[in-house]
Amino acid sequence: MPKVTFTDKNGVSRSVEAEVGSTLMETALRNDIPGIEAECGGACACATCHVYVDDAWVEKLPKAEQMEEDMLDFAHDVRPSSRLSCQIRITNDVDGLKVTTPDSQ
Amino acid sequence: MSEIIKTDALIIGAGPTGLFAVFELGLLDIKAHLVDILPRAGGQCSELYPEKPIYDIPAFPMVTGQGLVDNLMKQIEPFGPTFHHGEQVDQLEVLGTPEAPLFKVTTDAGKVFEAKVVLIAAGGGSFQPKRPPVAGIEDYEGKSVFYAVRKMESMRGKRILIVGGGDSALDWALNLHPLASRIILMHRRDEFRAAPHSVNAMRELVAQKNMDLIMGQISSLKGSNGQLSAVTIKGNDGQVSDIECDVMMPFFGLTMKLGPIADWGLNLHENLVPVDTEKFETNIPGIFAVGDINTYPGKLKLILSGFHEVALAAQKAHRYIYPDKKLTFQYTTSSSSLQRKLGVN
Repeated sequence: MPKVTFTDKNGVSRSVEAEVGSTLMETALRNDIPGIEAECGGACACATCHVYVDDAWVEKLPKAEQMEEDMLDFAHDVRPSSRLSCQIRITNDVDGLKVTTPDSQ
Repeated sequence: MSEIIKTDALIIGAGPTGLFAVFELGLLDIKAHLVDILPRAGGQCSELYPEKPIYDIPAFPMVTGQGLVDNLMKQIEPFGPTFHHGEQVDQLEVLGTPEAPLFKVTTDAGKVFEAKVVLIAAGGGSFQPKRPPVAGIEDYEGKSVFYAVRKMESMRGKRILIVGGGDSALDWALNLHPLASRIILMHRRDEFRAAPHSVNAMRELVAQKNMDLIMGQISSLKGSNGQLSAVTIKGNDGQVSDIECDVMMPFFGLTMKLGPIADWGLNLHENLVPVDTEKFETNIPGIFAVGDINTYPGKLKLILSGFHEVALAAQKAHRYIYPDKKLTFQYTTSSSSLQRKLGVN
């Protein structure tokens, strides 16, 4: 199973196994990762699963679609590495993915 | 003092569960009024995922969020519910007794209801504008930071910073433009997901130098006693600068909050309302909680759970409202009296 690492605002990192076919947001919820709210349950409708993707991974992930870009307008402190974790699909290619959760959703 | 609206049942929340409650109550001759903060029925289905397919509604292999709501609205038509949209329930006062409940409920728009039973079908809570996580913003809210303006005239002559790139941001920018001394629209990118005619109108004003458009995000607020003097922003080029303004209106979408219901004396467990699984009644007799807002052992936050819950809650509601009437269980397929109520016989 691919492994992904979430680092929170205090710098605490948690590495967890992610099921292929699920999303990064679902992986976070299943593993009680703090800092991911996912209020809408993955409908790309709330921007409360915002994460910063590690620089080394920004280019490796499939690009955000229009809907995700639009929804990112509702997130706070959006950076070029910003993504919504409900739109990041877990595949074997994302083994080792590192993301940081923001100060606030 | 507004006139008191008397009703058998007051339903809080017009999402799928609240709508189907109208049906189950209606079959038992219980009339309902619904209050919802959103401007239309449907709750999360209409607001968050109108186009998304739902696959777990019995007998619908697939239905969209909006499709489900449209069907429910059609299904409850015979019972003539009254909707009160754009209002939030505020205070609840217990007037009756546990055996014969009666409640006085007021909304933030000043409406007063007198209801024999109250069904809380508020889902994840009421939709509220999302507060940008900027330090100290609470101190400015209602004074110089607004998420909506009730009296447009109060904005006359002000320098207004509007933040966001959707319809709300653009609509307010355009509506306030004739009144404000200056409108500054700030968005994180030069793309807007608003109605094209609004975007065009905005671009036109910017081209004529009658409105400022800047790319950036809020970093902090400057001012005193709730009055803004400037908003410090970080531009897309990384430059930090101050935008002088009297008013800021941020538009970062909606979030769900339990709201004033939290102060009604109901038992709460992590922002959910515990109920029994026979009547889905709360600790206050006559107040029921149904759908995503309630909790009980084994609770699943599914639309179908909400449908089941309202059917049972309605049975108990009937006993409160018609204490002398015997309730006989009937099927819509065969009961001529139910069919009359549905207008099909």
